[in-house]
Amino acid sequence: MKTTGRVNGIISNIVIVKADGPVGQNEICYVYAGDTKMMAEVIKVMGDAAYVQVFDSTRGLKIGDRVEFEGHMLEATLAPGLLSRNYDGLQNDLEKMDGLFIARGSMTEPVDFGAEWEFAPLAKEGDKVSAASWLGEVKEQWLTHKIMVPFTMTDTYTVKSVAAAGRYKITDTMAVVVDAEGREHNISMVQKWPVKQAVRCYTEKPRPSRVMETGVRAIDTFNPMAEGGTGFIPGPFGAGKTVLQHAISKQADADVIIMVACGERANEVVEIFKEFPELVDPRTGHKLMERTIIICNTSNMPVAAREASVYTGMTIGEYYRAMGLKVLVMADSTSRWAQALREMSNRLEELPGQDAFPMDLSAIISNFYSRAGLVKLSNGATGSVTFLGTVSPAGGNLKEPVTESTKKAARCFYALSQGRADSKRYPAIDPLESYSKYLEYPEISQYLDEHIGKGWVDMVYAGKTIVQRGKEANDQINILGDDGVPIEYHERFWKSELIDFVILQQDAFDDIDANCPVERQKMMYEMVLGICRRDFRFTDFEECSQFFKGLINLFRQMNYSEWQSEKFHGYKQQIEQYVLAKTE
Amino acid sequence: MTTRAFQKIYTRIDNITKATVTLRASGVGNDELATVGGKLAQVVKIMGENVTLQVFAGTEGIATDSEVMFHGEPPKLKVSDNLAGRFFNAYGEPLEGGEAVEGEAREIGGPTVNPFKRIQPSELIATGIAGIDLNNTIVSGQKIPFFADPDQPYNAVMANVALRAKADKIILGGMGLTNDDFLYFKSVFENAGALDRIVSFVNTTENPPVERLLVPDMALTAAEYFAVDKGEKVLVLLTDMTLYADALAIVSNRMDQIPSKDSMPGSLYSDLAKIYEKAVQLPNGGSITIIAVTTLSGGDITHAIPDNTGYITEGQLFLRNDSDTGKVIVDPFRSLSRLKQLVIGKKTREDHPQVMNACVRLYADAANAKTKLENGFDLSDYDERTLKFAHDYSEKLLAIDVNIDITAMLDTAWALFAEYFSPEEVAIKEELIKKYWKA
Repeated sequence: MKTTGRVNGIISNIVIVKADGPVGQNEICYVYAGDTKMMAEVIKVMGDAAYVQVFDSTRGLKIGDRVEFEGHMLEATLAPGLLSRNYDGLQNDLEKMDGLFIARGSMTEPVDFGAEWEFAPLAKEGDKVSAASWLGEVKEQWLTHKIMVPFTMTDTYTVKSVAAAGRYKITDTMAVVVDAEGREHNISMVQKWPVKQAVRCYTEKPRPSRVMETGVRAIDTFNPMAEGGTGFIPGPFGAGKTVLQHAISKQADADVIIMVACGERANEVVEIFKEFPELVDPRTGHKLMERTIIICNTSNMPVAAREASVYTGMTIGEYYRAMGLKVLVMADSTSRWAQALREMSNRLEELPGQDAFPMDLSAIISNFYSRAGLVKLSNGATGSVTFLGTVSPAGGNLKEPVTESTKKAARCFYALSQGRADSKRYPAIDPLESYSKYLEYPEISQYLDEHIGKGWVDMVYAGKTIVQRGKEANDQINILGDDGVPIEYHERFWKSELIDFVILQQDAFDDIDANCPVERQKMMYEMVLGICRRDFRFTDFEECSQFFKGLINLFRQMNYSEWQSEKFHGYKQQIEQYVLAKTE
Repeated sequence: MTTRAFQKIYTRIDNITKATVTLRASGVGNDELATVGGKLAQVVKIMGENVTLQVFAGTEGIATDSEVMFHGEPPKLKVSDNLAGRFFNAYGEPLEGGEAVEGEAREIGGPTVNPFKRIQPSELIATGIAGIDLNNTIVSGQKIPFFADPDQPYNAVMANVALRAKADKIILGGMGLTNDDFLYFKSVFENAGALDRIVSFVNTTENPPVERLLVPDMALTAAEYFAVDKGEKVLVLLTDMTLYADALAIVSNRMDQIPSKDSMPGSLYSDLAKIYEKAVQLPNGGSITIIAVTTLSGGDITHAIPDNTGYITEGQLFLRNDSDTGKVIVDPFRSLSRLKQLVIGKKTREDHPQVMNACVRLYADAANAKTKLENGFDLSDYDERTLKFAHDYSEKLLAIDVNIDITAMLDTAWALFAEYFSPEEVAIKEELIKKYWKA
């Protein structure tokens, strides 16, 4: 028997329900306003009063209106057919909704229950299996989608039968397994999982040991992101957070990309809707949309569903990870998620923490980031969820609770600076403030030695030192004047500018420069660093700046030229001669 | 306010604060309107049989035995083509008398457009102001505010933009507008013979502040009628959103909500987003473009109101007094239109993006030269030329009194380049230099 209840209080989207039976924390219920059915989640229980937050507008709701409790938490539906879809925060398929406006209480199926899939069995009778064991597979777009023992089945089972190869609907029984007590369980292609709980169906969660390529030089070369790692991008508005995130989502070396547009502008999501179906993934030759899932709760959609959206995205990511795939989950912006938590906490009249955010904000954020990671599956394969979030700090001030809490949780920090954005140095990733903790990992260092070049990490640090010294020299020049400092100061400054213009800056709107593969990054960086390590003898500072301006121009032309093309090598030669002429 | 037959009238109010009243009532819907002692109010909280109402005009004079009648519905606006050319108050009632508009009554603050059904904005809105058209092009379906200090002529600029924008309808949402500014808007529109294209919802400083909360929703409900039902291009002007946010803060304060940054309610971001996100390009060709004003105190953009706004809107336009030319200019550094990429060089001449960037870069060099000068260093010949360029650029292009088309703006820029610089110094793609350089 389901617990039911009656509305007994309404404060904006928080509704107090008098329940007639047991109610669980975070349980889902439906609130009926007339004939509109709205989803809600229990967020506090006081005696027989359940405080629920409604994922919709509570306009017109009355005392005494009916509520039905569902007996489970907010769940994501996991099955073949998730890729390429555009969901709202509660996994309703936006494409399937009728009408221009999203009517209150609109719900649509997250996957197509009628579609048939070409199934191939992997397990056989007598196999011992447990949660997330692979029973078979189907082709979803061009990815192999594993059909697994549902994550909720926590025992060990023996396979009794697996369906033969053929076409099936996702609700068909694909396997029958038997538990220790001899009970049979039918397994289909579809399963559900409560989004706020981490999927822990893996044997081990080792430290990340591989680098995830993004094609963005300021990230890959200077502060690499690990596969299964976590990072965040804070920045004031206008610093290029969204452009950077879009670039990464287009170019990242991942099998599945999940983009959570959390409380952001609708027109930005429209851009993804429009561009991704047309853009081609250079690695696979397939359309970008085929590997992408968009979860979109724009800023004017209900606040409570905004909180759910990041969890829905992460859960789908963990699902694909369990198939041994590389997943990248991105959330823009986690600050909006934190604000949703704040609005809720405020309505519950909880004592506020800093800036009126809930006291446990830091714990919630680090708990969420900890769901990312590289995992070893029970069959020895590995899968990963890499998480990259943006933060929108109020007033661009990084000393605010969301940024500070995230800094504790994430391992990579890509600080976008207003100063760089103002001088149009994009991406505005500050080379000195930003860091990647992964550079300190021996595993990663070894990976870079093997995959890019011996001693790569040392080269990275050398470059960072040049940038640091260049900044110091520039400060001196600004204080003492061009003539007031030794000529070496100018040389130091211009060497840092060379790294800045050639390596750190990248034109996200240029077809070629937008995506720089690691091989190319290596070559460019070695060239630049080689020049930085030379001693030049300039007679005055104007000669120095003229020389470097010319050099930077040649390098930029090279960045705009197709990799290994005639033009590219032409510029390379020109640069070599240009430098040689100066050192002789 | 029509009253219905057999309507229950309550005459016992339990609590009265400056902005809210609480009484015991039953069968009341959330967000529903009511009349309290003759004043319009809205349900904001229901706890069992205790209903809290926010009284828009303030609770002065309301007594514990004042009559309370519930209307059984949320605030609505009657929409029809007859809205055009009319001036309304925050409740949608005609100002200065006149017949009420008949039409379909629609709830204000309605649902969201499905993001999947939106169209990517791609139509340029020409304003004649180079600081906007050249550097920060506005696109239909965009939302963009002016960040301005209270002493700057933002309302005048906005009125100009509205009249030149070739919109089918202009909807003015005035919040805390001074009576003088209201009359200014009215006379500008009248003189331009544009009154039949204008719909106004106005709350002046003479009206109670909480009433302002209705203005954006009223204006946008009218906008949606013309854009969605009629497929028209609608321009919505909202001035001043800072005063709107202040009204939100007043109500949240009276309801004992815990304030977040700068005494603003914790929901400020969502509250503002609900308004700005109504800007949309629709598949039927209709569109809603929102141009708003957010006044700053002392140019501080880190304050919660401009800060939250900046994260919601697609850019912002800064006005600044330029001491070199004595004119008000659109600041090329701090202003930004996020959607300009969708039209510049595509709907405008091919050299637009490069010319725009070159101008701003040279203007930045001039700013550096100026700093050098202030610090007592010598200027190079190049520095001197950038300073001269900056003066002309400011006067001929950035100033808000400029009114030319975009091609003329580009030609002006090329003329300035040729006057002060060599082609190498301007550093624009060679093909473009060949084609457009004014030798």
